[in-house]
Amino acid sequence: MPWWGWLLIVLAILMFGGYIAMLFNRLVSYRNRVDNAWHQIDVQLNRRADLIPNLVETVKGYAAHEKSTFEMVTQARSAIMSAKSVAESAKAEGMVTEALKSLFAVAENYPELKANQNFLALQEELAGTENKIAYARQFYNDSVMAYDVARQRFPARIIASSFGFTEPRDYFEPETPGYKEVPKVSFS
Amino acid sequence: MYEEISSNKWKSGLMLAFFVVFVVGFGYVIGLVWGGSTNHLWYAWVGLSIGFVIAMTMGFSSYYSSDKLALSTSGAKPLDAYMQDPNWRPLAIRFDNAVEGLAIAAGVPKPKPYIIDDPAPNAFATGRNPAHSSVAATTGLLGMMTDQELQGVIGHEMSHVKNYDILLMTMTIVLVGTVILISDIFLRTFWFSDNDSGGGDGEAGLVFMIIGIVLAILAPLIAVLIKLWIGRKREYLADANGALLTRYPPGLANALRKIGGDTKQLRRANKATAHLYIAQPLKTTEGRGSGMNRMFDTHPPIEDRIAKLDAMAGQFQEIVPGPAAPEARAPQ
Repeated sequence: MPWWGWLLIVLAILMFGGYIAMLFNRLVSYRNRVDNAWHQIDVQLNRRADLIPNLVETVKGYAAHEKSTFEMVTQARSAIMSAKSVAESAKAEGMVTEALKSLFAVAENYPELKANQNFLALQEELAGTENKIAYARQFYNDSVMAYDVARQRFPARIIASSFGFTEPRDYFEPETPGYKEVPKVSFS
Repeated sequence: MYEEISSNKWKSGLMLAFFVVFVVGFGYVIGLVWGGSTNHLWYAWVGLSIGFVIAMTMGFSSYYSSDKLALSTSGAKPLDAYMQDPNWRPLAIRFDNAVEGLAIAAGVPKPKPYIIDDPAPNAFATGRNPAHSSVAATTGLLGMMTDQELQGVIGHEMSHVKNYDILLMTMTIVLVGTVILISDIFLRTFWFSDNDSGGGDGEAGLVFMIIGIVLAILAPLIAVLIKLWIGRKREYLADANGALLTRYPPGLANALRKIGGDTKQLRRANKATAHLYIAQPLKTTEGRGSGMNRMFDTHPPIEDRIAKLDAMAGQFQEIVPGPAAPEARAPQ
């Protein structure tokens, strides 16, 4: 075989290897994006959990005797902190949503509280965090879909199955309690 | 999306290359005209070198500091001052949250939010890439929009950020501005030097002079056309992508209706930065949508954009409502 024949073979092998590496790397980055998106949801849920004590304190200043509501909120908050899986997190989320709903229902009865600047700012902050949680989930679902498409399509599919990109990622389902129902935090 | 990103990077590079060639070539021609019939190529080389230095300086600054220029000429201020003011605090928080929320939805780093103290409702995004980007909105906009509408507007800006429109649009400010400035200076100095120094005797001098004048007249015209071409096309795209981010097209459509119905003039917008804004900031008083006026609009007609969003809303009926949908938040 002439020297350029060997060269061609070597080039072909290099190109094939490069293609495989490219497919592999793409799968890795899609998978990392899914994990990062999941982490983003956590960040937002924790931020909301951090807002809750402040909110409770502010409401307490005006409505100290509504003990059961405060307890409910605190319990829901600790459930959020310990949630691990998609399903657990969605369940804890539902609890917080319920608890906040009753907290704001309580606030409804105290006109001075509703006029409090700090309370208004917290309310706006909480509403924004609700939105961010929803957006974080949306991005998570988008990322899972992109990952699924990337690993299920043809040539990449072979790489995916032989290098362990098989573990499925859960979607956030709209049916999950707490997804659709967002507490009505603004009541102007 | 990825094609848009690479196309925008491509176009930015191409524009930069054209800019360098133009400025260097222009320097060369001016040097030749200046030398006149003396046949001293020395003049041309000086012109070329000066052109090169200007091109490099402006090229670098267009990449690294166009966004600061855009923010400062529009009078945009960071949120801090508004966060201190109890009257503005809720609106500032809401704006900050909307920017962060849509950055999450788009999967990009959070752009720095800025507020422009102006009653006319408008907004723009700028920066060289998503990691170095800013979103500015006027106090008028923040005051009049509901949550869904504000998120629609920010979604529009966020898609400019994500697909690198901001790079191309922001670089244009400095590059096109420089070209116009250089041509302007050249025309003026030429006008004055014409009488005394006798530059332009001999055939060669005359030819170069004519080239110089033609260049100087054409350059600003071409520069303006480039800006129009950059600005108009991508507004539709940003509307569609922005609506996709919020999963709620009527939010942006209603925001555009409010912006379109407002007649206040944005105080600190000028021709150099007009193409950055979500809606045309320099409102023409009569003859919108007819002939020449329309040719020099930096944005497509707002009614067309609303119509396209409404059509999009029809296709969204079956899809689960996103966070900005009306059932998610009570109206303000």
